[in-house]
Amino acid sequence: MEFFQRFAIPHPSPAIYASMVAIALVSIGIVVGLTYFKKWGYLWREWLTTVDHKKIGIMYLLSAILMLFRGGADAIMMRAQLATPEAKLLDAQHYNEIFTTHGVVMIIFMAMPFIFAFMNLIVPLQIGARDVAFPRLNALSFWLFFFGAMLFNISFVVGGSPDAGWTSYFPLAGNDFSTSVGTNYYMIAIQISGIGSLMTGINMITTILKMRAPGMKLMQMPMFTWSAFIANVIIVFAFPVLTVALIMGTTDRLFGTNFFTTGNGGMDMLWANFFWVWGHPEVYILILPAFGLYSEIISTFSSRNLYGYKSMVASMVIISLLSFLVWTHHFFTMGQGALTNSIFSITTMAISVPTGVKIFNWLFTMWKGKIRFTVPMLYSIGFIPLFVIGGVTGVMLAMSAADYQYHNTMFLVAHFHNAIIPGVVFAMLAGLTYYWPKFFGFMLNEKIGKSTFWLLSIGFVLAFFPMYITGLDGQARRMYTYSEATGFGPLNMVSFFGAGLMALGFVTIVWNIYYSFKNSPRDIGSDPWDARSLEWATHTPVPVYNFARMPQVNSSEAFWDSKKKGHQLFKGEYQEIHMPNNSGVPFVMSAIFFVAGFSFVFALWVPAVIALIGIFICMGLRSFELDHGYHIHVEEIEETEKKLGGAK
Amino acid sequence: MKRKWSLLASLTALVVFLTGCEPLLVLDPKGPQAARQASDIMLSIYIMAGIVIVVMAILVYVLWKYRASKLPADYEPPHVEGNIWVEAICVGIPVIIVAVLSFVSVKSNYIVESTPQGYEDQEPLVVYASSSDWKWHFSYPEQGIETVNYLYIPADRPIEFKLYSFGSITSFWIPQLGGQKYAMADMVTTLHLAADAPGEFVGRNANFSGKGFAENTFNVTAMTQADFDEWVEEVHETADPITEDEFETLLEPGHLGQMTFTGTHLDFSPAPEHNHHSEEDSSEHDQHETHETHEETDHAHH
Amino acid sequence: MKIDHSQPLEYSTDQNQLNILGFWIFLGAEIMLFATLFTAYFTLAGRTGSGPTPADMFEITPVLIETFVLLTSSFTIGLGIHAMRLGRKNAMLAFFGITLLLGLGFLGVEIYEFMHYYHIGATYQTSAFTSALMTTLGTHGAHVTLGLFWGTFIIIQVIKRGLTPQNANKAFIFSLYWHFLDVVWIFIFSFVYLKGMM
Repeated sequence: MEFFQRFAIPHPSPAIYASMVAIALVSIGIVVGLTYFKKWGYLWREWLTTVDHKKIGIMYLLSAILMLFRGGADAIMMRAQLATPEAKLLDAQHYNEIFTTHGVVMIIFMAMPFIFAFMNLIVPLQIGARDVAFPRLNALSFWLFFFGAMLFNISFVVGGSPDAGWTSYFPLAGNDFSTSVGTNYYMIAIQISGIGSLMTGINMITTILKMRAPGMKLMQMPMFTWSAFIANVIIVFAFPVLTVALIMGTTDRLFGTNFFTTGNGGMDMLWANFFWVWGHPEVYILILPAFGLYSEIISTFSSRNLYGYKSMVASMVIISLLSFLVWTHHFFTMGQGALTNSIFSITTMAISVPTGVKIFNWLFTMWKGKIRFTVPMLYSIGFIPLFVIGGVTGVMLAMSAADYQYHNTMFLVAHFHNAIIPGVVFAMLAGLTYYWPKFFGFMLNEKIGKSTFWLLSIGFVLAFFPMYITGLDGQARRMYTYSEATGFGPLNMVSFFGAGLMALGFVTIVWNIYYSFKNSPRDIGSDPWDARSLEWATHTPVPVYNFARMPQVNSSEAFWDSKKKGHQLFKGEYQEIHMPNNSGVPFVMSAIFFVAGFSFVFALWVPAVIALIGIFICMGLRSFELDHGYHIHVEEIEETEKKLGGAK
Repeated sequence: MKRKWSLLASLTALVVFLTGCEPLLVLDPKGPQAARQASDIMLSIYIMAGIVIVVMAILVYVLWKYRASKLPADYEPPHVEGNIWVEAICVGIPVIIVAVLSFVSVKSNYIVESTPQGYEDQEPLVVYASSSDWKWHFSYPEQGIETVNYLYIPADRPIEFKLYSFGSITSFWIPQLGGQKYAMADMVTTLHLAADAPGEFVGRNANFSGKGFAENTFNVTAMTQADFDEWVEEVHETADPITEDEFETLLEPGHLGQMTFTGTHLDFSPAPEHNHHSEEDSSEHDQHETHETHEETDHAHH
Repeated sequence: MKIDHSQPLEYSTDQNQLNILGFWIFLGAEIMLFATLFTAYFTLAGRTGSGPTPADMFEITPVLIETFVLLTSSFTIGLGIHAMRLGRKNAMLAFFGITLLLGLGFLGVEIYEFMHYYHIGATYQTSAFTSALMTTLGTHGAHVTLGLFWGTFIIIQVIKRGLTPQNANKAFIFSLYWHFLDVVWIFIFSFVYLKGMM
């Protein structure tokens, strides 16, 4: 009996039972639907076994949107609970689980796959490559992320969610104070998807360094590729730190080691240090590709080249270095003394200088431009003032003496949402709208898109600006309720209203996709925005080999040059194209990872060992496999090119 | 443009709304440390508001002047790589601002980490504040008193809080007296505060520590030294001594009301000060030892 | 598959070059992994709780044997790669075989060492110090174990399929991995064992 009790939800509520039913119904619906429409074979051949970077990108995109709604549901519940003093919507335990999963889902399972989606979709096209360096590894990265996300999400209905905050500080996250299996899910699910992220990092760096089109020098790469390159370098250096920290946290919980315990020499501050040595660079892993997207979009819709290309690159390099030197600012109040705090205070503020350079460069790109107010551009324009506010409040938080007052309050919560929502989320939505036609062959509706933008922007301001004020009034973060005497009530109600507007905004995105799918014209050509870089030089939709002939590049805007200055992008005859084979191993191996992870969560050692052996067998099979890929013949290329509307 | 206005309008609405209420706790300091922090905060808000306004002004101007609908159809934007002087200014001004703020920040760091300014000549009152799930225990070693969930301090005298925890990391915070600091299980941290005048303040644990976190608060009363001494006398006459067994039951997870004892738990369950090794801390350690000798002489009096 | 004969065999195709660069980047991540483990170890080395201290636990003899065996194996795999570049398949296989045997010997001594720790009452759970020590050593040991399997697979493939560009590429990457483990061991030897015994 005790064996089964671990799988039960420790704190069931109607909402959880409802979602159990919903999950079951949706799963049954998917299975029945696939069987009825005889789509199992299609699903397996075209998606589950694909190694095509474009399809992998689309799968990342769908997962990210799904997780956005999962994390958003958490957010709405939190704001509803806090909207009035002493509300009874959620109890303390439930609230704790919700803000924990909100943080983890939004950072690890929403923002990360979103940026990976764009890296996968755009980078090979922007540098004129046929795929990434290791297509099979790329599929493995995606499926590890996917199954990591699934493992994390079932915590909700099997065994209980993690409840120690997305930072999971020990000893609170240790066995003594966190008794359910929730934190095991945290440690293991993040570990599995983290391995995927690390492999994407290696893959993308190799791709960008080695597979650029003939003639493209490093300083001629489009800005999004640069930002992806630097973000991936940060991934390679930051994620191993998280890997080690999670291993230690896992062994503390499962095997009784003493890394972060309160007895036998354990050191709780070590976790906080390791977590943020990864955690702060992680912020820049998310924001740099967002900056890259904004650079592409602002340049396209101002009809101008990006101002200050070199300083844009330099500022990203400086940001990436500084990002590893500021982690202590997440706990100025840990008592390191004035000297340490002063050093980290200065390094933190220093980051604002290269970031400021980027802001001014975007403004100067619009200067003397010809600005078109499309939906992607609206997001970029809204981003600038909102992100500047998020940035300057970051500088305020960096003043360590004053941080003693901001720390752990709603002021901090307001700040990082103010940086991440206009910074990352707006960029992702701008990118989604901008690149949608390239991959799906029709435009998203501008009118609905604009109302989405206004709903999100106004909702954002209403939801988060009041928190700056309640924070300064002493409202600590992560409190599940507060008394009426505190006076926090009215402003929290404003926040709730803003959150509601944002939720409405996100729903309109889904509506927009549906509406445009039904109504948008399909004859949009390959360059609907009058853009500047190589991804727009190939057909829409993009053929499996991306480019029939390799583009010849001699500037950072080769495609623009080909349109305006008569630069000849594609020269020579078609040649046979070599492509990698599909493989089911990444999917199967990641599924086994899921089984292993689940077994570890519940300390079921027999299935855990069997699953680990299964993983090693997959690796062994890969070692012995002879996979030479396949070739696309010249006639086939000619046919495809003709069908897609003319040779490129 | 509409958005700018709605933004501005909502901001003004908030400000108006706020001025109607009492001042924000953090910006209504009642002690020198909080005052220093509040003045830093206000200074940075002014500078940052300036930056935001400048960026918004440039943005609005650019958008207004270069929007495609108002430009001739054949207008071709120029190709400009960048200008070293423009970019030097874009680096230079932020560097100056950051330098100014760094200077202020470093100075404030040393101020909030030492005895409050203006109180250097006074002997600080040492209070051990330890947290357990989800309570605060305040031990006054010099007075031989321990309280739970409330804190009496003399106004106009520096207080030296020694913070540690019987479990998760917590953060000791009295917003109107000064910023917070962590209390942890394997080391003791020091927080210097002072209240300028008698008054009542709210205090809380600001760092998430589990189920009972929201209610993990305590009340602070600052009073004159004479009232404080009177209170100490009264406690010694009326309260029961704290015992090891009783203290164990107090540590169990849950919430308690306010409680008062004579004696402190430090006698049988000393603070985890053994892990202090850095130079700064060792000098504090010495100081602490002098307090203990003090305490013994006090005991001799009783 | 285009083969460029002006390059050494392991670099001779585009994919081979990608593989080698990718693996170097992976080694960069591995450096961060071990750097983090070392940081944890140095932070926790003095925190022995009620358990034994480094000086109580470490013995010089097995550590010297491990170091000698692993350094030798790094040398023999270098010879193996040299033989591979000369196209001498049998010599290469012999050196790879010796390397793996030495690796196995290293692992044997390390297992003995862990059993010794267990007998003197220093387990994974004893203190922060022992947890950090055994995680650091264990991670290195797990890498060696994985390397033994990997190396065996490569030997089998070279026997079955000969010195193809793919196999040469795998063998070369494996040698990078093996040298890397040796470098990590030198750090472990100097900063964990020698420092702990002083």
